[in-house]
Amino acid sequence: MGEVAARHAEPSGGRSSRTNLPDRAWAVSLTVFGAAVLVVAGVIVGALWFVAAPAVKTLGLWNFVGSRQWDVTRDLYGALPFIYGTLVTSAVALIIALPVSVGLAVFLTEMAPARLRVVVSFPISLLAGIPSVVYGLWGLFVLVPLLRKPIEPWLARTHFPLFSGAPIGLGYLAAGVILAIMILPTITTISIEVLRTVPGSLREAALALGATRWEAIRIAVLPYSRAGIVGATILGLGRALGETMAVTMVIGNSPTISASLFAPGYSLPAVIANEFAEASGSLQTGALAALGLILFAVTLLLNVIARLLVRVSQKGPARVAA
Amino acid sequence: MKIEVRGLDAYFRSTHALRSVSLGVPANTVLAIIGPSGCGKSTFVRCINRMHELVPGARQTGQIFVDGKDLHARGVDPVDLRRRVGMVFQRPNPFPTMSIYDNVVAGLRLNGIGGDHAELVEKSLRQAALWDEVKDRLHTSALSLSGGQQQRLCIARALAIGPEVMLMDEPASALDPIATAKIEELIRELRQQLTIVIVTHNMQQAARVSDHTAFFYMGELIEHGETEQIFTNPREPRTEDYVTGKFG
Repeated sequence: MGEVAARHAEPSGGRSSRTNLPDRAWAVSLTVFGAAVLVVAGVIVGALWFVAAPAVKTLGLWNFVGSRQWDVTRDLYGALPFIYGTLVTSAVALIIALPVSVGLAVFLTEMAPARLRVVVSFPISLLAGIPSVVYGLWGLFVLVPLLRKPIEPWLARTHFPLFSGAPIGLGYLAAGVILAIMILPTITTISIEVLRTVPGSLREAALALGATRWEAIRIAVLPYSRAGIVGATILGLGRALGETMAVTMVIGNSPTISASLFAPGYSLPAVIANEFAEASGSLQTGALAALGLILFAVTLLLNVIARLLVRVSQKGPARVAA
Repeated sequence: MKIEVRGLDAYFRSTHALRSVSLGVPANTVLAIIGPSGCGKSTFVRCINRMHELVPGARQTGQIFVDGKDLHARGVDPVDLRRRVGMVFQRPNPFPTMSIYDNVVAGLRLNGIGGDHAELVEKSLRQAALWDEVKDRLHTSALSLSGGQQQRLCIARALAIGPEVMLMDEPASALDPIATAKIEELIRELRQQLTIVIVTHNMQQAARVSDHTAFFYMGELIEHGETEQIFTNPREPRTEDYVTGKFG
């Protein structure tokens, strides 16, 4: 210790390997931790691949990914209904949650008095902590009956193709609405943090030009926060894509593809959770593992797309100095 | 008088920021506001375009007239007022997501001002002595400009909507001497068309650009008069101490 301190005191700086030892130890151990993350991800993918590969080989990759038949009794395994269900429910969730979350965040940061912000943001973050199975129960007992009557019949009157068929309550719409509620706190709380980083000077610049409060938000606040809000949306989307329990409870668990949001469907995580324990034979087990890989790939792909979107939107004038 | 202030008091919650300030600014003149930090200089100019009242807990009493009209009379919309009374801030604050062109046009779009925007952009940028430096890259980011250029862009943005009064809150304090000299030259030229109130902590600057000078101390207007008189022959000992650098 004393020696190290003495060397540090040397005017030359003493860049010997000895003084660098703590630094090196840090660098090595942090590299190990960092690598561990990649190793864990790799091991998970590898293990899934090990189980999935024989089944995918038997079924044929394109036949597996492209087929809409999933019939365990006839050994037909097609992933399309689950990919479709996952994407549709997540899309519904985003379409509902994004405007509400951003609107709420803007209201709480730009309009509401500070006291109201505290009062309202607490229950919002509380929402994030509710277990998903409880959301599922709420969905079954409250949301699904409400959708069955009056919401779905009322939507059906628009004669929009998305809103057609029997209003049974269980289905894509129910799952999407539940997901929307579940990702709302994520997007809202992160958006609030993002909006709070907007420099007051930008708001003042707009107001001094004769902007109303809303115009100042539109021309100064939102453009500055765009990248951060997209980031918040990615996190929300990640949760929606992977959510299992609540979706399983309200989506209807029917491996079909329907254009109508009223119809029952299925999602990738839901079918894995429902069937894996009772899977008979290596083909079904392998097909379920392959669905896991697909979920992984879909999540990754959407993340990459969203990140590219942020980069593109930041190119040119949008790059913001700190 | 273009601007007439009578018995203005301003507060932030329990802080009494301005105490019974009265003064007038004739049209097409430059008024410099000097004084040590925290003396109420900024608060004073922010009352003139009603930006002060946007701060939570801020309030004010007294009257301010622009062209003889009370700013706080019923039916005066602060949004309309700010179109006539422009403002330039201490730190350049161009909209970072917009190009140079869009920054200048922003106020025109906000206020629904039609006409030939390209022409108005050129005119405003020329007035702000920035045109020659940016004419070939109008559609690049405003952040690609230097600090001094950004500040002139902010001046051009404020000029574009055709204000009658320009408030400047230490517009050159974040800039280097060359950029500062350009802004000062600009202020002297803009006086032909506008009435300018400029806050500055730089007394040489006040002496160079202004017709009248007001010295504020602890929220009070200590002395107000022709700039030459304030700097060469102040009536108040506190003014003399400040302009000769004994405190502040």
